[in-house]
Amino acid sequence: MSQQLARRKRLKLESDSGWGYAFIAIALIAFSLFTAYPVINAFIISLQEYRPLGSTFIGLENFTNSFTDDLFWKALKNTLVYTILSVPVNILLSFVIAILIIPFKKRTQTIFKAIYYLPAVASGVALAVVWLWIFDPLKSGIANQVVGFFGISNQNWLGSSATAMFSLVLMSWLSSHGTAIIIYLAALLGIDNSYYEAAEIDGATFLQKLWYIVVPFLKPTTLFLLVTGIIGSFQVFQNAYLMTGGGPDHATTMVGLLIFNNAFTYFEFGQAAAQSLILATIIACISFLQFKFLGNDVEY
Amino acid sequence: MYNNSLRSRGYLFGRNGIIITCLIVFAIATIFPIYFMVISSFGDPVEAGAMSYSIFPSKISFESYKFFFNFSPHSWDWLLNSFIVAACITVSNVIFATLAGYAFSKMKFKGRNVLFAILLGSMMIPGQVTQVPLYILIVNIFELQNTYTALIMPSIVTVYNIFLVKQFMSSIPGEIIEAAKIEGCSQPKIFWHIIMPLSKTVMAVLAILTFMAAWNDFFWPFLVTNTMEMQTIQVGLKNFRFANTTYFAPMMAGATISAVPMFILFFSLQRYFLEGVTVGAVKG
Repeated sequence: MSQQLARRKRLKLESDSGWGYAFIAIALIAFSLFTAYPVINAFIISLQEYRPLGSTFIGLENFTNSFTDDLFWKALKNTLVYTILSVPVNILLSFVIAILIIPFKKRTQTIFKAIYYLPAVASGVALAVVWLWIFDPLKSGIANQVVGFFGISNQNWLGSSATAMFSLVLMSWLSSHGTAIIIYLAALLGIDNSYYEAAEIDGATFLQKLWYIVVPFLKPTTLFLLVTGIIGSFQVFQNAYLMTGGGPDHATTMVGLLIFNNAFTYFEFGQAAAQSLILATIIACISFLQFKFLGNDVEY
Repeated sequence: MYNNSLRSRGYLFGRNGIIITCLIVFAIATIFPIYFMVISSFGDPVEAGAMSYSIFPSKISFESYKFFFNFSPHSWDWLLNSFIVAACITVSNVIFATLAGYAFSKMKFKGRNVLFAILLGSMMIPGQVTQVPLYILIVNIFELQNTYTALIMPSIVTVYNIFLVKQFMSSIPGEIIEAAKIEGCSQPKIFWHIIMPLSKTVMAVLAILTFMAAWNDFFWPFLVTNTMEMQTIQVGLKNFRFANTTYFAPMMAGATISAVPMFILFFSLQRYFLEGVTVGAVKG
């Protein structure tokens, strides 16, 4: 009798079924409606020639069209170039800055953290509008004044296909490192001082400490920043859309922008869905490879 | 990491001087665009050909702000719309993400781990995949174009926020909840009287990050609104830019208007912002 009572009591303690489902109900409904259903629908649409009144099934045509489309390959190449130029430099910059901030008092650290984080707070549209003027092709433009100071002639920053991509990358270098710096600082503060002390007793130099203590300790952080950075960079859309519109001559058309144009300029929903699924597959593969080759001793 | 003990004071002074110079140079490069934006917004609303850029303000005038607000009779509505949308999204996320995060972290029910794994996995899916079907769902099926519902509903509670709360909740000891249950406390009461007071920090962080994301969001409001009176400030700013490509100072005034509310929020609640960045990143 008492055993049975104890069991019932334990069961009651262990299961919160009713309330559990009630607590997640809204989240689940929102998720099914606004994430799960659209994802499933994306697969269906990608196999169709989409029309609001009755779509026709066309099999894999949207996919084969994408793979034979030169513009799609160019967009992929542009995305890759943008990612390779922006993500590693941003991570390296953030790492160096975090190392430089560490020796100072907490108050000084906070001031610098706040300054570096500020562009992340400003709206993307506002930043795009400002940078558009910084890249003004006239001689009086800020970017031209800066390079003019070093004796470089006027550049048509966003207007020429030679410099347009670099201009977008430059903007990313100077406005998207705030988060990474703060994350690196948090990780740096987590390294116990005794490691440095032990190394100092053995006569390690600053660079040796950096290489043998800090870099291995921050490896999980670096991997996290690399994976999230590449995922984000592959989806980049807004700056290209607002600043160059993908031009000149598609020099800055990235996959995110191409999908947007297919969907909302040409209303080729099927084509856009197919390309978005290709993009998702590429991102999944890259993330998987990164974890496999870089993350074998990192636990998540 | 830095060796401070065995060196002379002069050496330390010199070293810190060099470091701080590097930091300041990079800091200037980082905030220059924002400084440039604010300073230039005080210029006169003349066409760009007639003016030259200057890094220091020669005078302070609010004519460009007037110009921006006179651009459309709905300029003030943009700010109001942004505020309404961001506030609604923030409130609903705080409520529903905290509830769901608590349930996933501390409650026991069938399918909990499977459901959470599905949610977590969905964070890997790029936005581009859902953007077209979501647009079709909201605009063609529900016919909600140009409504607050369309602006708010898809972001009513995000998986990222649920994840954030769950991470935080795992630091709350389960014994407190067990003890309350033995005392006969029901789950809603536990949530209200025990969990909520303990989770104020994560709720504040979540509220701030959500509000900022919603305020700064451009893409979704741009897709689902098609009249000036329903647009948010970010979409309005984009309209202004494409309509007045040569009016430099008013454009900077518009950009300043769209960004300044977040700056004020940031400087008054800096601690939560900076905390919020690391909460999601540090593994748990």
